[in-house]
Amino acid sequence: MGAIQKVNEPVPMTEETVLVNAAKAGDVGAFEELVRRYDRNVFRIAQHITQNREDAEDVVQDAFLKAYENLPQFQMQSKFYTWLVRIAVNEALMKLRRRRPERMVSLDEEVRTEEDSMPREIADWSPNPEQQYNQAELKDILGKTIQGLPPSFRTVFVLRDVEGLSTEETAEALNLSIPAVKSRLLRARLQLRERLNKYFKARKGGDSNK
Amino acid sequence: MTCKDFLKELTDYLDDALDQSTRTELEEHLQWCHNCYVICNTTKKTIEIYRDSTLYELPDDLRGRLRSAIMTKCRAKKPSTSGA
Repeated sequence: MGAIQKVNEPVPMTEETVLVNAAKAGDVGAFEELVRRYDRNVFRIAQHITQNREDAEDVVQDAFLKAYENLPQFQMQSKFYTWLVRIAVNEALMKLRRRRPERMVSLDEEVRTEEDSMPREIADWSPNPEQQYNQAELKDILGKTIQGLPPSFRTVFVLRDVEGLSTEETAEALNLSIPAVKSRLLRARLQLRERLNKYFKARKGGDSNK
Repeated sequence: MTCKDFLKELTDYLDDALDQSTRTELEEHLQWCHNCYVICNTTKKTIEIYRDSTLYELPDDLRGRLRSAIMTKCRAKKPSTSGA
C-alpha cells in the first residue's frame, strides 16, 4: 500500500515569473494567461468552500480582479498560485459568512474534539467502488459527502488532496501552522471515509479487496 | 504501536512524509491489524476518488464568460505600473 501520488506538478517557475513580471508591468495579456492557467482551480476551490454555484462564479471574478489590483504589492516571495489561492479562499469564506451569518465561519476554529474523526464503522470497500455508480450519481455522492464537513476541514482537504498543494503551501495559503493543516487534513480524510462507507462498502457475498 | 498511534501517523504515511523507522513500524502494524489495514486502504481510496473526480469542473461556456468579464474589468482599471 503505497503513498498517494502527487498531482498538479507546478509549472516551471521561470516561465511563471516572466508572466507575473509582465503582468506587474501592465501587460494585460500576460495576466489573461495567468487567468487561463488557474481559473479552473479557483472555481473548484470556491465551489468546494461556498457550496454554491453563483457564489463560486463571483469568487472567481473577485479573486482575479483583486489579484490584478494588488499585483504591484506581490513581492514574489511565494508562488503566484499560492498567493492567488489565499485571495480566493478569503473571498469564498466571506461569501459563506454572508450566506450563513448565524454560524461563525473561520479557518481557525477547532471543530469539536478528535473523537469526531475516530473511525466508527470499519468495513472494507469493493474493488473500484466508484464504478458501482454512473458519473452523475458519483458526483452527487461526493458533493453531498464533502458538503457535510466543516468549512475549515473541507478547505484544507480540497487544497491538499484535490488541488495538490503541499502541506507548506496549504499552510501559507490559509495562514495556518503546519500542525494545524495536518490535524485538519487527517480529520477531513477520516470523516469523508466514514461518510462514504455507506455507498462503497463491500456487499455481503460480493467482492472484497482483502 | 497501538491503533491510536497508527491513526495519528496516517496522514504522513499516505503522504510519504515519514522517516524510515516510523514507516517500518506502521507497516508492521498493518501486517497484523486488519482494522487499520481497512482504514488505511479506504482512506487512500477516498483521496483518490476525490482527486480523480470531475466534481465542480468549470464548463467551457461559463469559463469564457467569466474570463471575458474579468478581463473587461482589468482593462477598465488601467493597470498600475508603479512598483508600489
